Amino acid sequence: MAMSTADHKLLPTGHERIDHMEMRGIVKRFPGVLAVDHVDFDVRAGEVHALLGENGAGKSTLMKILYGLYHPNEGEIFLDGERVTIKSPSDAIAWGIGMIHQHFMLVPSLTVAENVALGLKSTRAPLLDLDVVSARIKELAKTYGLQVDPAMPVWQLAVGERQRVEILKALYRGAALLILDEPTAVLTPQEVDDLFVTLRQMVSDGHALIFISHKLHEVLAISQRVTVLRDGHFVGTVPTAEATKASLARMMVGREVLLTYEVRAQQAGEPRLRVEGVRAASDRGTEALRGINLEVRAGEILGLAGVSGNGQRELAEVIFGLRPATTGQVVLDGQEVTGKSPCDLNKLGMSYIPEERMTDGVIRDFTVAENLMLQEHGLRPYSYSIFMNPRAITRRCAELIRSFNIRTPTQETPIKSLSGGNIQKLVLARELAREPAVLIAAQPTRGVDIGATEYIHQRLLDQRAKGTATLLISEDLDEILALADRIAVIYEGEIVGVVDRAEAQVEALGLMMAGVHREAVAG
Amino acid sequence: MIDDLITASVLASGIRLATPYLYAAIGETFGQRSGVLNLGVEGVMLMGAFTSLWAVYEITPAGATSYYGPALLAGVLVALLVGLVMGLATAVINVTLQAQQGISGIGIYLFGLGMSDLLFQKVFRGEVITVNGFPKVNIPVLSDLPVLGEIFFRQNLLVYLAFALVPVTWFVLNKTTLGLNIRAVGQNPEAADAMGISVTRVRYFTVTLGGMLASLAGASLSISLVNVFQQNMTAGQGFIAVALVYFGAWRARGVMFGALLFSLVNALQLQVRTKGIDVPDEYASMAPYLLTIIALIFASRRIDQPAALTKPFERGE
Repeated sequence: MAMSTADHKLLPTGHERIDHMEMRGIVKRFPGVLAVDHVDFDVRAGEVHALLGENGAGKSTLMKILYGLYHPNEGEIFLDGERVTIKSPSDAIAWGIGMIHQHFMLVPSLTVAENVALGLKSTRAPLLDLDVVSARIKELAKTYGLQVDPAMPVWQLAVGERQRVEILKALYRGAALLILDEPTAVLTPQEVDDLFVTLRQMVSDGHALIFISHKLHEVLAISQRVTVLRDGHFVGTVPTAEATKASLARMMVGREVLLTYEVRAQQAGEPRLRVEGVRAASDRGTEALRGINLEVRAGEILGLAGVSGNGQRELAEVIFGLRPATTGQVVLDGQEVTGKSPCDLNKLGMSYIPEERMTDGVIRDFTVAENLMLQEHGLRPYSYSIFMNPRAITRRCAELIRSFNIRTPTQETPIKSLSGGNIQKLVLARELAREPAVLIAAQPTRGVDIGATEYIHQRLLDQRAKGTATLLISEDLDEILALADRIAVIYEGEIVGVVDRAEAQVEALGLMMAGVHREAVAG
Repeated sequence: MIDDLITASVLASGIRLATPYLYAAIGETFGQRSGVLNLGVEGVMLMGAFTSLWAVYEITPAGATSYYGPALLAGVLVALLVGLVMGLATAVINVTLQAQQGISGIGIYLFGLGMSDLLFQKVFRGEVITVNGFPKVNIPVLSDLPVLGEIFFRQNLLVYLAFALVPVTWFVLNKTTLGLNIRAVGQNPEAADAMGISVTRVRYFTVTLGGMLASLAGASLSISLVNVFQQNMTAGQGFIAVALVYFGAWRARGVMFGALLFSLVNALQLQVRTKGIDVPDEYASMAPYLLTIIALIFASRRIDQPAALTKPFERGE
């Protein structure tokens, strides 16, 4: 059969392609903030255009405007030369624009097919047509190599599979242009590879892709062009072939950035933290930790790598006395401390940087000073009997704010109005100021900009030099490879292996993160 | 003694007494499935109970000795209309104005309690008036079955309708696009919003429907079960209905079993009293409420709880 010329413009999904999308002079103001300031951005069919910038640079805001979740104060959007107004996600979907959000927009209790069908017109309205939807999902899954069972409830799927569902959802709706907001943040290295295979296939089929990220190597690996935003401003668009990690980092931060740290070789000392045969239950009552053994020595950073939800949070909570261990023990400097309260552990020299900064690390509505003094306000000289000593507190806070470079207008500023990086520096200040023997750092730089990340990493290394034993829990393998002396990998509540950084290979770690035992990886 | 207690007529009355629970709890199920807790059910029930009885009283010709169809129809329609208005008001308060749902519900309850009594005093000067309510409708053939016929098939229309709502609710929630939207909005409103579903519209629908069913629950008391109105005649049934939704794990069938459990206990305690069995009255009438507490302690299948229950939705703009 002869194809008509119009068919050349169709995607494998049968929908029309978007040859050129252009945003011009976009401005978005939030109360008190200029989030996006006259930014131009465009993407063409058959390319990946990366959008790079720190947290708060305006990447997500710009894309939420394109997807109709926010309305711009100024600026225009053109699709194939035609000016369009996108008032809501439904408008965006109708124009062929799809978005994969950083936090998956899936309903866990529903099946894959139900999630895909959500918001779509049913062929048998008002009844559901899940059989029709399932058949179409299988078709699309085959075309794009996105294997997933339409009948599975989403809560049973692994993170990588959930992302496939998100992509399928967008393709099902005829997305010709797909916005991917930090799509690799939650994936193992192998899953990232799989995702990139899918993305390349989509590009060669004529999709237009926008890839939001702050991971430089991924941007370099997948995109054809890179646009950098900083503080809501447009910094520049460059062809990826002409960019390097260093040049992109400079554009993002506005100054030279250390991309690797000088980690001074030093002999690790005595074990300061030992975890022996610890088992514990998750919030749902299932077994989250299944016999964990770890040892962290003085002057050492032990990196705990793994995909989110494999027991990292529970382990940190057991060590810090926030979750009971069903068996096993935690030993701090030779003393058993299993089940002791966080307050006692603080006094014994343990510090904890929790994963959920806003709920577990600080009290949102308290001021900077109050949050800094959360642990010490009851000690001299900050209080005498039942009275607080405001002068001592003010002096102490001023000192911490200065030495940890916390950017806040005043000590009395409510903490919720600080940026993520500054809030994390505050937590760091509170936890490190008493020179802990053991530091549990859970995701210390998640959602923190490059500048602050660099600072936090440097502080962790300083602490290492002072002899602190640090357990660094991170889902960011790059972070662990940059800082840790040894790397332990956790999978489904078990340590699948521990390797020295010098011998660590990303591929092997990736396999271990997927549950393959260390011996098997080596063999 | 057990033979005296559990008779076909007691079981039949158990089925009958389940109706107000069923209407109210099914309506509440829709609301909660979409993420809105309406604690004001009791107040809406009282308003429905009074207004429907008033309509029946006004329209029934003076001196009528048996039921008058148009009056009963008007009673039901008035109840639905009152429920619609109160449901819409609830939606405005909880969805648009994003009130704390635990507190706003108490306000709606107190409004219904006070308003229904005020009207009662104004219209009937507080006199208890009996109306001719819904008559029994014997279902041909089935009602002649021994025992079962008496228990299940010699009830009135509102009883049949209440039980018919159970499979209908299951069907709507699980087999229609509307039901999928409701479930999605209750579990993850952000996701539903991103898929182009109007969270506000879905919640207005479910909360308004919940109001109408709560009002009908009140009518099923005043013009079908007891055929009178008294101040605070619902006596906590609306609150029990809210509890039943938790007990039934947000499923129509579970809610029905919960409603039956309560109504059977109710029927039994009435029988205990009429038979003059030597149990203090207070203990007998305490039974349903005690059961509520016990049931809720053990019914902790919270996994199915709509994740966004009581959380107002606001797009991050």
